[in-house]
Amino acid sequence: MSLVEQILAGDVRATARLLRDIDDHLPSAREALKRLYPHTGKAYVIGFTGSPGVGKSTLVDQLALEYRKQDLTVGILAIDPTSPFTGGAILGDRIRMQRHFTDSGVFIRSLATRGHFGGLTKSTNDMITVLDAMGKDVILVETVGVGQDEVDVANCAHTTVLVTIPGMGDEIQAIKAGIMEIGNIFVVNKADREGSRKTIRELRNLIELGLRRRDDEGWEPPIIETEALKGRGIPELMEAIEKHRRYLTANDQGQWDAVEAKRARMQLLDTLREEALGELLRRLEQRGQSLEELVHKVTAKETDPYSVVQDLLQCELR
Amino acid sequence: MSEERKLRILIAKPGLDGHDRGARVIARAFRDAGFEVIYTGCHQTPEQIVNTAIQEDVDLIGLSILSGAHRYSFPRVMELLKENNAEDIAVIGGGIFPLEDIPKLKAVGIKEIFEPGAKLEEIVNWVRTHIKPRKALVA
Repeated sequence: MSLVEQILAGDVRATARLLRDIDDHLPSAREALKRLYPHTGKAYVIGFTGSPGVGKSTLVDQLALEYRKQDLTVGILAIDPTSPFTGGAILGDRIRMQRHFTDSGVFIRSLATRGHFGGLTKSTNDMITVLDAMGKDVILVETVGVGQDEVDVANCAHTTVLVTIPGMGDEIQAIKAGIMEIGNIFVVNKADREGSRKTIRELRNLIELGLRRRDDEGWEPPIIETEALKGRGIPELMEAIEKHRRYLTANDQGQWDAVEAKRARMQLLDTLREEALGELLRRLEQRGQSLEELVHKVTAKETDPYSVVQDLLQCELR
Repeated sequence: MSEERKLRILIAKPGLDGHDRGARVIARAFRDAGFEVIYTGCHQTPEQIVNTAIQEDVDLIGLSILSGAHRYSFPRVMELLKENNAEDIAVIGGGIFPLEDIPKLKAVGIKEIFEPGAKLEEIVNWVRTHIKPRKALVA
């Protein structure tokens, strides 16, 4: 069996190994992705985002359990930060997901940001492609703990769940222009804590003021109270996600096509950016120049970044 | 295009002991050495450990144990790796072991055992010398 056939047959080892090559940006992985792509489009992708410690991993764990009860298979991509100093990382999202480790219907992969901004890794979209092709029904993407502006997840998920906790009320005001715009569903987790009602009220005000997704006309983002550790609010969250899915797939509005186009656009642009940059750097080297040499010239003010890029593009893309 | 291949390591605690200070310290040392460490917490069964290692495609499993259950759990991890055609994933152990057990653990394929007093630098250097990220797949 070829690698691609193994993955299409759901082989865990083969899938895990390809994901590694994708994460490391090996050119050979691209060939496999080309052959897997036609087999995608069946999985439903749900993104979870929010600040560090709000309970994203625990919510993902609970939802995975619920989807397994419905006999759906689940893929999980959980992202944690890479050290900007050493390049190392501690990936600890699995700690909250132990009960799924021996369930063959759940595939979990921990990813390190490796210097990528936006809340995801460079490889996340391609990894979704692989998990979709291997036959996972639902893919849960957990972003790195985010601040205000890491909104990439909204461009790769069908439904984006924004998770917050009580007591961040003042910050909600401050962050309303970035991350608060991307939630199709809002979750107030740890809702047993003081200030829960206030947080919900403030969220409701934001939504009523119209501070929400522009591409979501006709969808009123629900606010769900949860205590993820105890499982409280999980059925309501499941119901909200299902409602959003039905809203997207109701065929009269064209919402589904718009979401799929948005996802494809991001994947296309990301791939183009990545490949074009790689190709140009390769050609630079072929011309006997190195990036470091150019850095040196720019630092010494012998030239400037704009002229360097303009020259390179003019030479290579003529 | 291709970046430096990262070493991926699973740090796991098999069995019932809940003292994971050592495991956390070593996870941190590996992080500072530039490795990607998957940390899964305490009370893991050998089945959970091996499934995680395979899904995460790690190069190395570090088992931390203080309870004395290594005589069961270490060989069981090796067995499961074999059953899953994943013997290429190396396994090392750290913790407290009776001296006479160490040759037995090595005999079942545990690559190295680090006892109390092992320096972090020594462990990191051992990993750098003996464990290389696996080669790329051919599509």
